[in-house]
Amino acid sequence: MSVDTTAVGKSYPSTTYAVGREKVREYAFATGETDALHLDVGAARKAGYADVVAPPMFCVVYSAPAIAPAILDPEVGIDFALMVHGAQEFRWGPLVVAGDEVTTQVSVESIDERDGRGFYVFRSTTTNQRDETVCVGRWTNIVRAT
Amino acid sequence: MRRPVDQHRPRDLKGRQHTMKPGDELRTLRTTPDKYLTVRYAGASGDFNPIHIDEEFARQVGLPGKILHGLWTMAQVARAQTEAGGGPHALKRLEVQFRGMGLPEQEIAVRSTVREVREADGVAIVDTVAEQAGNQIIRNAVAELDVT
Repeated sequence: MSVDTTAVGKSYPSTTYAVGREKVREYAFATGETDALHLDVGAARKAGYADVVAPPMFCVVYSAPAIAPAILDPEVGIDFALMVHGAQEFRWGPLVVAGDEVTTQVSVESIDERDGRGFYVFRSTTTNQRDETVCVGRWTNIVRAT
Repeated sequence: MRRPVDQHRPRDLKGRQHTMKPGDELRTLRTTPDKYLTVRYAGASGDFNPIHIDEEFARQVGLPGKILHGLWTMAQVARAQTEAGGGPHALKRLEVQFRGMGLPEQEIAVRSTVREVREADGVAIVDTVAEQAGNQIIRNAVAELDVT
């Protein structure tokens, strides 16, 4: 297969996500979290946080509205029938809590061909309302040859 | 009382106690996703890809049945780290490779071993994998835990 690399460097409109208390709790329950920081406002406040704390992997929820249009972009040209989520990396800064508004910007970091497969790597950067970087993601999708 | 991570805290580099050391194995996290877990996670995450929630659709596209969301499995790897590291503030980085497919109703075990504790900042580098029925469904994963 040959990959089209014209989209490398392309960036997408940022999206802003308002972190809700019940959304954090719903996510925490679905992922088996038992730490009261994620579930109990009283416990979170007692520990010094303004509200329930989002588990680190909640980043997939607030990043999704920004990452989806990039992965679906026809100019990137991913063939979804042949795509798998190959690898994922996140780096975290200050914790996100309910009540935060976080803004995510996504760009195409690289498109490469290796062993007949296409590697599409996207980068997401999320900042909070204080302009602190709360999460940087590196999303690797692999498209196998037909 | 736990400190919020965004609150600066002076550190005494020499007097710091490391709670982890190379070769330490973190407590193995074991979890068995129930039959409807993928539906709850789809709602919680917003990922409604039918391969995760529709048994018939999954079989039609050649899968053994509904498969787990990779990012849910990654969340189990993350949880193994935050539970061992003393809370969500401890996890500074997690990198994983997805391999194979996770299935509902079979136990997943997340095993983690401390590779090194970085001298400069006391961050523990942890090698971790998620296994199900003898397959590593997440492999070559590396976590960085601030355990100072």
